[in-house]
Amino acid sequence: MSNYIKLIALGLVVVFAAIGTNYARDLAYQVHAILVMLIAGGLFIWTLRNTDEPDILIDRSGEYMDDVIRYGVIATAFWGVVGFLAGTFIAFQLAFPVLNFEWAQGYLNFGRLRPLHTSAVIFAFGGNALIATSFYVVQRTSAARLWGGNLAWFVFWGYQLFIVLAATGYVLGGTQSKEYAEPEWYVDLWLTIVWVAYLAVYLGTIIKRKEPHIYVANWFYLAFIVTVAMLHLVNNMTIPVSIWGSKSVIVWSGVQDAMIQWWYGHNAVGFFLTAGFLGMMYYFIPKQAERPVFSYKLSIIHFWALIFLYIWAGPHHLHYTALPDWASTLGMVFSVILWMPSWGGMINGLMTLSGAWDKLRTDPVIRMMVISVGFYGMSTFEGPMMSIRAVNSLSHYTDWTIGHVHSGALGWNGMITFGALYFLVPVLWKRERLYSLQMVSWHFWLATIGIVLYAASMWVTGIMEGLMWREVDANGFLVNSFADTVAAKFPMYVVRALGGVMFVAGAVIMCYNLWMTVRKAPAKEASLTVAVPAE
Amino acid sequence: MEEYTLLRQFADSWMLLVLFVFFVGIIIWVFRPGASKEYNDTANIPFRHQDKPATSKEARQ
Repeated sequence: MSNYIKLIALGLVVVFAAIGTNYARDLAYQVHAILVMLIAGGLFIWTLRNTDEPDILIDRSGEYMDDVIRYGVIATAFWGVVGFLAGTFIAFQLAFPVLNFEWAQGYLNFGRLRPLHTSAVIFAFGGNALIATSFYVVQRTSAARLWGGNLAWFVFWGYQLFIVLAATGYVLGGTQSKEYAEPEWYVDLWLTIVWVAYLAVYLGTIIKRKEPHIYVANWFYLAFIVTVAMLHLVNNMTIPVSIWGSKSVIVWSGVQDAMIQWWYGHNAVGFFLTAGFLGMMYYFIPKQAERPVFSYKLSIIHFWALIFLYIWAGPHHLHYTALPDWASTLGMVFSVILWMPSWGGMINGLMTLSGAWDKLRTDPVIRMMVISVGFYGMSTFEGPMMSIRAVNSLSHYTDWTIGHVHSGALGWNGMITFGALYFLVPVLWKRERLYSLQMVSWHFWLATIGIVLYAASMWVTGIMEGLMWREVDANGFLVNSFADTVAAKFPMYVVRALGGVMFVAGAVIMCYNLWMTVRKAPAKEASLTVAVPAE
Repeated sequence: MEEYTLLRQFADSWMLLVLFVFFVGIIIWVFRPGASKEYNDTANIPFRHQDKPATSKEARQ
């Protein structure tokens, strides 16, 4: 019966997308309409072929739902490499403008590829990592199978569709020009549906848990899911110009719009890139170190302090703007206080290794996790410092900001995700161990040196251009033109791009290593007796 | 009183107090007597049920 409802719904979507293809007012919308038509049409045929077939019900309540996590791991590695490649390419575009090819103007120039890069690494790589690890962690710490059956598959594939729509939209010009919230209205609506399903699966699993307590990692994951839903809804309150076009108009105006955008933007950092990844930290570091978290009490205080403070920090993006002073001071003060819970969390992660520091010598995976927490500590010190108004007057609009973001994103988010992937692949594919620890070491050093090159060159160029912009001569005239700063930055841009090359190289080595782990590493004894799931 | 001023006054008085008291309450709650023993058990959750879900018999109350 449910198949008939699905068929009707899919059929309606196909017809609607076909009409949309015909009436489309812009290219991005037209391509998306064709894409949706093809996918819905394919699903329609697939559903039709399976309708009225005898149902084979296998009771899987006695095992974890791991196949969706295996897909998630593959997607994370894939989108990671795509996002890093895009980033490295646009880094070279900045150093060598000739790479903004004439024949691809309006499609592959820096302006179009930059949001593609940021969304690919944050939402595609980071988002898939968060969804996959959260599904893994919530099952293990709740001792229960994922709630909702195939709903988890809908979350996974729905999220991939969101990524594809967002990425193709940017290249074709479908963007609402809000940083980290570029996708247009219909993509936002689709993400809302997927996100509600994600929340349902996650909460459903926690509700049917067999452990009396909710482990702290789940608190962080849940805060991430709930807050991102709230941010997404408020910052994307738009009214489409036409149902047949991608253009929409935001309901907020002026400084309110700017404030909501940075309330969103900074909390995307706070809850997507911090709270969610702290959930990873609180599970995978204890697992890899084989000892419980240093202080569970600290982890609870860490959680509440972090979520109470982060939400107020956004206004520090709007110093010296039309935003009232009291608001930007509020943001600044909360950003500085935020340093404390951040370092509390860092200490909790690092001290989990106390008594097992020797593992740093022998286990490159734990080394990766530890350096990730180290980078977390570094960028959560740098951030509060840069949010201070006086420092911000030098650092804002310069490459220093970009360096700060990347020491956080590559160092903290990237490295903890790599660590989690190295932990997950042998477990999920039931292998005894990783294919090669030496390759993990290579990845570790390539990535670390790459980040150091990146961050250091951006500090130099950022502070340099900040000082050049404010330099005035004896008569009060500005000394440098904007083009002077651009020319002065060239060597640092080359160094930054090389750092990116090293980071990508490390990620490619990781993909090969993980692939060979699945193909070649010895299987775990116990797995021989387990039947291969037919899903 | 206009809406903005009203909300502003509420936010920086009663709401601020509620949030602050809630936060202090959490810290006191975390350090309540007997907490260490309970948290010890909770902190070890990742080391149980690695391969399959708990059966209803194993479920801990």
